[in-house]
Amino acid sequence: MLSFVRNLREKIAKTKNSFVGKLAETIRLRGKVDEELMEELEDILLKTDTGVEMTTLIIDKLRDEIKVKKLTEAEAVQDTLQNIMSDILLTDYAETEDFYSEKASKPYVIFFLGVNGVGKTTTIGKVASRFRQSGKSVLIIAGDTFRAAAIEQLEIWADRAGASIIKSQQGADPSSVVFDGVQSALKKGYDIVLIDTAGRQHNKANLMQELSKMIRTIKKVIPAAPHETLLVLDATTGQNAVSQAKTFHEIANLTGLVLSKLDGTSKGGIILNIRHSLGIPVKLIGIGEQIEDLQSFDPVSFVEAMFTTEQTE
Amino acid sequence: MFNSLSERLDKIFKNIRGKGFLTEQNIKDTMREIRLALLEADVNFRIVKNFIIEVEKRCLGVEVQKSLTPGQQLVKIVHEQLISLMDTGGFELKVYDNKLTTIMLVGLQGSGKTTACAKLGSFYRKKKIKPMLVACDVYRPAAIHQLQVLGKQLDIPVVATEDKDVIKIAATALKEAEKDFTNLLIFDTAGRLHIDEVMMDEVAKLKAFIKPDYIFFVADAMTGQAAVTVAQEFYNKLAFDAVILTKLDGDARGGAALSIKAVTDRPIAFVGLGEKTSDLEVFYPDRMASRILGMGDVLSLIEKAEEAFDEKEAEKLTRKMMKNQFTLNDFLNQLQSIKKMGPLDSILKMIPGLAPKLPKDFNLDNNALIHVEAIIQSMTNKEREKPEILNGSRRLRISRGCGRSVTEVNRLLRQFEDMKKMMKKMSSGQMPKGMPNMPF
Repeated sequence: MLSFVRNLREKIAKTKNSFVGKLAETIRLRGKVDEELMEELEDILLKTDTGVEMTTLIIDKLRDEIKVKKLTEAEAVQDTLQNIMSDILLTDYAETEDFYSEKASKPYVIFFLGVNGVGKTTTIGKVASRFRQSGKSVLIIAGDTFRAAAIEQLEIWADRAGASIIKSQQGADPSSVVFDGVQSALKKGYDIVLIDTAGRQHNKANLMQELSKMIRTIKKVIPAAPHETLLVLDATTGQNAVSQAKTFHEIANLTGLVLSKLDGTSKGGIILNIRHSLGIPVKLIGIGEQIEDLQSFDPVSFVEAMFTTEQTE
Repeated sequence: MFNSLSERLDKIFKNIRGKGFLTEQNIKDTMREIRLALLEADVNFRIVKNFIIEVEKRCLGVEVQKSLTPGQQLVKIVHEQLISLMDTGGFELKVYDNKLTTIMLVGLQGSGKTTACAKLGSFYRKKKIKPMLVACDVYRPAAIHQLQVLGKQLDIPVVATEDKDVIKIAATALKEAEKDFTNLLIFDTAGRLHIDEVMMDEVAKLKAFIKPDYIFFVADAMTGQAAVTVAQEFYNKLAFDAVILTKLDGDARGGAALSIKAVTDRPIAFVGLGEKTSDLEVFYPDRMASRILGMGDVLSLIEKAEEAFDEKEAEKLTRKMMKNQFTLNDFLNQLQSIKKMGPLDSILKMIPGLAPKLPKDFNLDNNALIHVEAIIQSMTNKEREKPEILNGSRRLRISRGCGRSVTEVNRLLRQFEDMKKMMKKMSSGQMPKGMPNMPF
């Protein structure tokens, strides 16, 4: 099963950029940038799950810039709009460092969490593979002791990536696996430790406490760890993603997001709100089921992709 | 983040005069709020547009019921409209104990098909049906194993072969089912993207081979705007019969339910409410509508208020309030209507926005109400109509009669006076700053 989209840029090049067309047509018909056009832009943003709050904020900013710069050209309006949006995603971290760059600490512990079915295990498989390719030793800790066959699923991914795995029985206390895993990583000198956790709905207090216990356990062994705490977010998710990010952030102090399943028709506009209101950046995007289908996040091409339309729509 | 819709609507209505009817003017302002609420709930933006037009038509000229605020009245209309859009009269899956029924589950990756498969098996086995599960997800690592583990937990047989060809697995399953006198065969399939032609063709071929009696589209309740496209594509290719909406135990408002129903006109049969195999329930459109509007139990509160308050009685009361003729007798009547709605703390907890602000160990003294009632009931009719005649010795008698202290009697009377003053201000058009302390 080949995911037919390998690269977002490719996707942009292939599909007709209907947004500019529509925009140009609207302007030609009415001879100016008017309310109806703004409404159309608003619809496009809403359609990409950007959400009402963020959409209003972006459109208001655009209105101001149109006035100040006296914009009348479709392309200029689109460029301005896309700049506003990528600026939101870029604020405070102008230079995105490479996720796979040399790490200062050894082992470098990355903790993965998220609600059910977002693709945590798959993401870990892909991340493990990338680190292995650059010659790092990788230990995966199977912290999802709840879901049936989660451990087996992770084992297959570890095998594909050439990483080691630490596991226990289904139903075991995840904190104890994490403790054993992190300790053994320290002892055996692994470069990278990837910790999988069971999917959990963020409104379930006891499951969230289990998560903070796991973090405390990690810290007992390595006080500075986890060095990276990533929330995996399904790009298909709507406004609930904000609530997810907020609650997980409170418990686990997120350092970034992984936006999975971006190879569908969803555009993941919700990350604008998460970036804006919580300051959490997207670090990686998942665009397929293959082991190499995980890429670094690039705000500019992400925003461009939000304005392309697939043939299927 | 999101306050109750009816609260926000009431805020708008506070600034509008002539509250008795819903007019073009006051509806227009409120439609914005309703639009926001629906978009926040992830209802598709096009569907929201149509919905607003429909509701606007329905609202015009509607008289506001006396027991409701205009905001509540509007929410009631919106709620009813939402229900009517999602209500398909239920979905009945026909299973027989003497022949085989086949079900196929389809959907995107991670929507919860494998779990739903086990839940369905468990659901129907309770109805004395003999189920069997078939593992047709040959792609996701360990998916087959996952179904096997779930089957083992539930003691439901699972068909799993080494084949990479799903048709072969299905053929084996159909044979097994016949041998085993199984009544219900449930096929789990791999998650797939609606735009992945190769994978969509595979599942279409599987459908053609199995000829399932039912196809369920499994959808995540958290799905955003894409729900429309995804459901449409799956429907075009497979013409599924019904929807299973999963992960409703989270706090997503689930507007996808409305979107999917709107584009495919297929009913939502079941909802998934947790990770245990027993967490599957039949779908109720009214509950879903309240959830989409993000209103907690405000609607049952509205219903309770409607039941408890006699409309004519309420009208009489309002007139009295306006004329400042509100007496302790009227007050007693009010208290008794409130009591009809149920214990006070459960009413308070139903008010959206209030529940999270209440302390965890919140426990309202229901006796407070009873005490107030007892104090008033210990007064003569004359005293209740004209509390100003209550001198020291009368107060002492009342205190003895009801078994509460004179201080409590005094406090009630003082608070009643405050309340009357506030009503006077309200009826003369002034809004009081802050409510005085209520006697309970």
